[in-house]
Amino acid sequence: MLRKISSLFYVIRQGFANILHNKLFSLASMATIAACLFLFGGFYAIVANFQHIVMKAEEGVSVTVFFHDDYDLCFRSKGFEHRQDYQHPAEQLPSPQRLEEIGQMIAARAEVSEVRFTSDEEAWATFGRDYFGEDYASGYEGNPLEGENTYEVFLSDVSMQDTLVNWLYSIPEVRKVNYDESTASTLSGANLLIAYISVGIIIVLLAVSIFLISNTVAVGITVRSEEINIMKYVGATDFFVRSPFVIEGVIIGLVGAAIPLLALRYMYEYAMNYLSTNFTMLSSLLDFLTIDKVFSFLTPVSFLVGGGIGFLGSVMAVRKHLRV
Amino acid sequence: MSKKEEKIRQQQEFIEENGVIHLEHVSKSYSTGVAALDDISLTIKPGEFVFVVGENGSGKSTLIKLLLRELKATSGNVYVMGEDVGKLRHRQIPKYRRQIGVVFQDFRLLNDRNVYENVAFAQRILEVPAQEIRRNVPTILATVGLAGKYKAKIRELSGGEQQRVALARALVNSPGILLADEPTGNLDPVNAWGIMELLEEINAEGTTVIMVTHNREIVNEMRKRVIAMRKGVIVSDQEEGMYVEED
Repeated sequence: MLRKISSLFYVIRQGFANILHNKLFSLASMATIAACLFLFGGFYAIVANFQHIVMKAEEGVSVTVFFHDDYDLCFRSKGFEHRQDYQHPAEQLPSPQRLEEIGQMIAARAEVSEVRFTSDEEAWATFGRDYFGEDYASGYEGNPLEGENTYEVFLSDVSMQDTLVNWLYSIPEVRKVNYDESTASTLSGANLLIAYISVGIIIVLLAVSIFLISNTVAVGITVRSEEINIMKYVGATDFFVRSPFVIEGVIIGLVGAAIPLLALRYMYEYAMNYLSTNFTMLSSLLDFLTIDKVFSFLTPVSFLVGGGIGFLGSVMAVRKHLRV
Repeated sequence: MSKKEEKIRQQQEFIEENGVIHLEHVSKSYSTGVAALDDISLTIKPGEFVFVVGENGSGKSTLIKLLLRELKATSGNVYVMGEDVGKLRHRQIPKYRRQIGVVFQDFRLLNDRNVYENVAFAQRILEVPAQEIRRNVPTILATVGLAGKYKAKIRELSGGEQQRVALARALVNSPGILLADEPTGNLDPVNAWGIMELLEEINAEGTTVIMVTHNREIVNEMRKRVIAMRKGVIVSDQEEGMYVEED
């Protein structure tokens, strides 16, 4: 066990030594990884903020659910000329218990983030006050909106609005669902477009990084071919010969990830301060992500991606160029 | 008796019967069609000192490469320390090579490291504990006469000293066989004789030494076994032999 630990430390030291031996190429690789991850990080910060803004807008998107009301009480106030225009079987009139049950069913759905119930009394109180004024509204006898109980349903995913609306219509007691199709489709379309563009750009950047790191390790292998030969002659195992190159790749990847993270952190902080002091209107309208929120995701992902492409690139180079 | 112990016993019996190196009708052709070795048979006993001589292209280097399992014979069998080298799997080769020390004409040292690190390197890759390395390396450096130069960089050493470092590296893991491919080829006569004295001492302690050389003077002076090769075949094999003159 001690031997294995000692060997592990040795190959790690050799990995660092490889970088020092191959300073220029290592620096070039780090710079390339840093550039790629800088673009990735910058792009992520913009996209994450955009998505956050879109998400905030989505949170405001709601559908309103109306139920069959008491026909005899409300027929005229609905403005229907003929009875047959407003058909509903009496058994579909929801009782207060059934209304509550429907509310729970709606809230339990995955695409629903919040459900707000407005009773007919609350509806008239608000409507009467807002449109007629309190004095005038109090002149009405009874509640002209009696039976107009509604649910306002907020979505966690606007792309599921159609599904929700169809489901709501399948409830017998539901008379009508008010919703804005264009807002939902625009927002979910924007979200999808951002996702596609992000994935495309990230794939290209990662491929470039892997190619470059693989080349750097290949150069390292060529430069150190004599040492590799010596290792082989004295009986070094494949693991012992190959590991320092893989570790070299991972170190390059990790250092390459750390540099843009520091730069981006500074730049993001600066940009947020600049926007809040120079564009007060904009920053009050749009809700930007905090620096901690952006970097709590970006930091581990950058290190993971940097280390990962370092590992992948070096393994590719070792497999191709290092036959032990 | 365990399988491992049984294998060791069989190998020891094989070595007693057939020598530490045993080649049976070995041929080696390269993909270019060149026949580097042609039906060679050879036995080297434990503790022997053997010179392999011959002009360029005679097959000496191919022979060394077969013994190191850098190459595989096209036909025939190569046995080293009782092991059928041709049957070794790729992952078994490192362990096999640890039984063989090797030195080259061009030393093949790590120029960016000092003398101590070059020798310790051979032990590190065998995962020898650091404490043992610290004990073994000074001992072997003293044997090759470089005890006082362990901190010196390789570039600061003379050719003779560099070859001593290479020898120390080859010997630090106590191999049973030492392959020396023209170890005096880059050295002046004084240094060359210094290395030969060292090889003789190493041989006297029981290590089998196989040395490929063009140095007529050394071969004729030392009067060891001499195997002469020409165009891939052994043309003479003499105990206490002399350098065979080329036509």
